[in-house]
Amino acid sequence: MILKKFFGGSSSFLTAAIIAVFLLGTSVAKAEGDTHSTESHAEHVEKKGFDAGKMIFEHVLDAHSWHIMDIGDHAVSLPLPIIIYDQDGSGFHFFMSSRFEHGHAAYDGYKLYEGKIVRESFDEHKEETIESENSELDVVEEAGLIDISITKNVVALFFGAFVILFLFISVARTYTRRKGQAPTGLQNFIEPIILFIRDDIAKDSIGHKYEKYMPYLLTIFFFILINNLLGLVPIIPGGANLTGNISITLVLALFTFVITTASANKNYWIHIFNMPGVPWWLKFPLPLMPLVEIMGVFTKPFVLMVRLFANITAGHIVILGFMSMIFIFGEISPAAGYGVSIVSAAFSLFLSLLEILVAFIQAYVFTLLSALYFGMAMEEEH
Amino acid sequence: MDLIMPGVGLVFWMTLVFSLLLILLKKFAWKPIMDSLKEREQDISSSLAMAKQTKNEMKQLQADNEKLLKQAREERDVILSEAKTTKDQIINEAKDRAQTEADRIVEAARVNIENEKRTALSEIKTQVAELSIDIAEKVLKAELSNKAEQSKLVEKQLENLNFN
Repeated sequence: MILKKFFGGSSSFLTAAIIAVFLLGTSVAKAEGDTHSTESHAEHVEKKGFDAGKMIFEHVLDAHSWHIMDIGDHAVSLPLPIIIYDQDGSGFHFFMSSRFEHGHAAYDGYKLYEGKIVRESFDEHKEETIESENSELDVVEEAGLIDISITKNVVALFFGAFVILFLFISVARTYTRRKGQAPTGLQNFIEPIILFIRDDIAKDSIGHKYEKYMPYLLTIFFFILINNLLGLVPIIPGGANLTGNISITLVLALFTFVITTASANKNYWIHIFNMPGVPWWLKFPLPLMPLVEIMGVFTKPFVLMVRLFANITAGHIVILGFMSMIFIFGEISPAAGYGVSIVSAAFSLFLSLLEILVAFIQAYVFTLLSALYFGMAMEEEH
Repeated sequence: MDLIMPGVGLVFWMTLVFSLLLILLKKFAWKPIMDSLKEREQDISSSLAMAKQTKNEMKQLQADNEKLLKQAREERDVILSEAKTTKDQIINEAKDRAQTEADRIVEAARVNIENEKRTALSEIKTQVAELSIDIAEKVLKAELSNKAEQSKLVEKQLENLNFN
């Protein structure tokens, strides 16, 4: 994302080298400038200015293709498979996102509108008029279309999962191969973290039944950590804002919620519906305490979801904001762009280092709070 | 608004991938890792406990040895002193017995000598009596025939009766 702007204006040799290195073996879909220059020439000239907000949101949000860089007017991106289930009776549709030609063409009766797949009959202008009349309707959803495409974040998810599996299964092999010996290599890095999660998170928060929860705690910790770190790598297959996507954090929080509820004992439910040690008039006739407690049950995972999403997304936005400043000033005068680039690069470096710290902290916080909720759910009467 | 609206597709894939990840990692990564960590920790703690125990045993053994040595020394002293007293006792006893034996032998000798002396004296007495009677008889016989002759005879007889 950052690179594409950096190399957009530099020598053709450099861009060619970058393409050769990063896109080897992937099919490069280029938006042919001349095919749509006729239909949207006026717009094109208008859009030529650098739009920092658009660039940042393009990065932070999910997409149906993986945008790598722009070379002049050509967008270089990796097309991704589209899978949609249409409830109008036609069932599943599979095709590559390159068929849409970056939203300039319709295919199989579907087209892209603001990054969403809609039916070809969908009227953009009608939607826009509704939008202007009623600002709450700015979510483009079309009834009956279920989009389970392999989007940018899904690819990042697969890649992250693959990295985690590879990493930990190879470490596990080392453990079984070198039984009873001192740890070596990657083990030395992983083992203190595992011991920390076991001794300082699980044992302290859950108590003597901690062993049952260790696989889940270790999995969420390393899933969040590794995907946070992959998100900081600016080139494909890193750089996707996976852990800063609300869908991902929603599922993680739901897992914690389901496990908490499933492991809850009698004492936990008594505390929710009939809190001991509280005056009776707080519970009857108006069940104030139970209401507050029931809200708390749902607030806990909700907060988990929002915290991770907001922290990671904010980090990405701030780094990209500093990067955008180079191009905003560059448009005023190239000299100002070069001048600001030094400051921006320094700040981006600093923020990237900060984000590495945040990656660890957020993984730790999510794991610790999940463990605390499990511990609360199983707390015995005191 | 898209930023805070969960997408159905991503939720679906995330649930699928995360569940699979959880199952696979649990079976192929966490289980062997946690098991071997636990095993190693138990190994270390049991080794430490054993070392401690061995050290204690060594200490105990050393203390036992010391005690045994001390006991042996005391016993030796006791035996030595006992032997000494026994020796003294035996010597004293032997001395006493020798003394009494010697006394007994001396006494017996003395009694013997006394007896011998007494029998010799009584024999002498009887012999003197017999001789006296014999002499008396001869004197009497000579006196009766010649007076000179008689005295000569007595003298002669007395000469013969040399108190041997």
